[in-house]
Amino acid sequence: MPVRSSDDVVRARQAVRKHAIAAGFSLVEQTKIVTAASEIARNTVDHGGGGTLRIEVLREGPRRGVRLTFVDQGPGIADISQALADGYTSAGGMGLGLGGARRLSNEFEITSTPGRGTVVTLGRWI
Amino acid sequence: MVETQSVALALIGKHNDSLLADWIGLQQQVETRGVDPARRTQMVEYSRQFLHELRRSAEAGQSDDITGPDWAPMRELLDSVSQARATQGYSAGATATFVFSLKEPLFELLRRELGRNPDQLAEQTWNATRLLDRLGLYTVEAYQTTREAIIGRQQQELLELSTPVVELWEGILALPLIGTLDSARTQIVMESLLQRIVTSGAEIAIIDITGVPTVDTLVAQHLIKTVSAARLMGADCILSGIRPQIAQTIVHLGLELNVVSKATMADALGLALRRTGKAIVDRSRPAEQGS
Amino acid sequence: MGEIPILRIADCLLVSIQVDMHDQLALALQDDLTRRIVEDRARGVLIDISALDLVDSFIGRMLNNIAAMSRVLDAVTVVVGMRPEVAITLVELGLALTGVRTALNVDKGLALIRGAIDANQRPDARRKI
Repeated sequence: MPVRSSDDVVRARQAVRKHAIAAGFSLVEQTKIVTAASEIARNTVDHGGGGTLRIEVLREGPRRGVRLTFVDQGPGIADISQALADGYTSAGGMGLGLGGARRLSNEFEITSTPGRGTVVTLGRWI
Repeated sequence: MVETQSVALALIGKHNDSLLADWIGLQQQVETRGVDPARRTQMVEYSRQFLHELRRSAEAGQSDDITGPDWAPMRELLDSVSQARATQGYSAGATATFVFSLKEPLFELLRRELGRNPDQLAEQTWNATRLLDRLGLYTVEAYQTTREAIIGRQQQELLELSTPVVELWEGILALPLIGTLDSARTQIVMESLLQRIVTSGAEIAIIDITGVPTVDTLVAQHLIKTVSAARLMGADCILSGIRPQIAQTIVHLGLELNVVSKATMADALGLALRRTGKAIVDRSRPAEQGS
Repeated sequence: MGEIPILRIADCLLVSIQVDMHDQLALALQDDLTRRIVEDRARGVLIDISALDLVDSFIGRMLNNIAAMSRVLDAVTVVVGMRPEVAITLVELGLALTGVRTALNVDKGLALIRGAIDANQRPDARRKI
């Protein structure tokens, strides 16, 4: 689904919530992944110039999970570890979102090429 | 395969009723759990279906690979048998005996009918034993899966039972933690305490760890998170029952428990009452006021 | 788009966030509140988030900003009704609500504001989150 405007961010939250419920997530689990999604969705809109989100509900034997893939063709992130480490001191920066989203996820992967774009994949399992 | 199977199959088909009767009789003999009419009916039905499926699947299939699609109905039947037996408390062995006990009457039948042809008898017996072994093993595995699911459920229930939150007084909750805290349990504890805070409108929660033998970094972190979350919701926590060893561990680990702590729950309760504007008065001595 | 209504009770402003806010709405609320604190000479701001099933870093920062701005304007900010799962997630997220006092519900929140105003305390003197 597209993630290009702040309305899309709201829609993304609702879509992720729906899928998390379908995967049998508890309320706390749902809240965690929806919040993580909100962070990355916002980054995608604000810093990535808009992009897309793919939501997958996965099953690995008895484990169930939800995986989110955010893709944008924006300016990219030059220093990823810096962006992740930027704690709550950076005002309005991406750091808050990225680090937070990672903390809320079981799986977290980010690849970014300056000038080409960014892909963030995060997943939560129960 | 199909050719040679069909001799045994034909025999099973021809003598289905007597074979079934013999098999059921043997199972009842072996049955150690008493003669429960409902169970007996179930066992008879399962046995009847088993023979039916055995013939059907072997006829339909080109091989005796029981993981193939032809054997699906048989696998489903064995799943049902295993689940039923697991829930009824049978052991894995007793459950698999359902399949293995067929061997005796079946070999008896084969011996009677094929006795004059020892090669054929040997071959048929070997094929039959191989097939029944596979089916028996499948039954054991299905049993295991069901048992694990049951145990998982029981563990969950135990967890929920062992984390009681009590309302000591209006607006004051207490959570006496007992036993070793692992990550899963602490999380459940955290959530149920916070939920109670909402439903009871309590502003103070006393977390008592007198009954917790050791506190490691992970547990301490969970406690800190619980306290922070409670604060965000508008309630305060008091930690009580920190024994000297635990205090040492905490300092040693360099953890900062940013929460008021009292040595005993009694002290914590006293503090909580004061905070909520209450005082305890000793009525035998009205002139004095207790705190 | 919609707007979030701000009510006035005596010298307090009461905001109840009922909708899934997108960022613009949150910013608009921030501005509206600041304006109203001045206009109504409010001494207290009560934000009811009991209907919110999510507080992310943006909303968290919004709350911090509102608290900071109201402190400058000599008003107390209290956030009430945070849901348990939201609180747990917020702690995990690592966002600290600074200068924001919290209470379980609107009643207790108003009492808290009353207490702070009457005692003429500065909002950041007491319980920090």
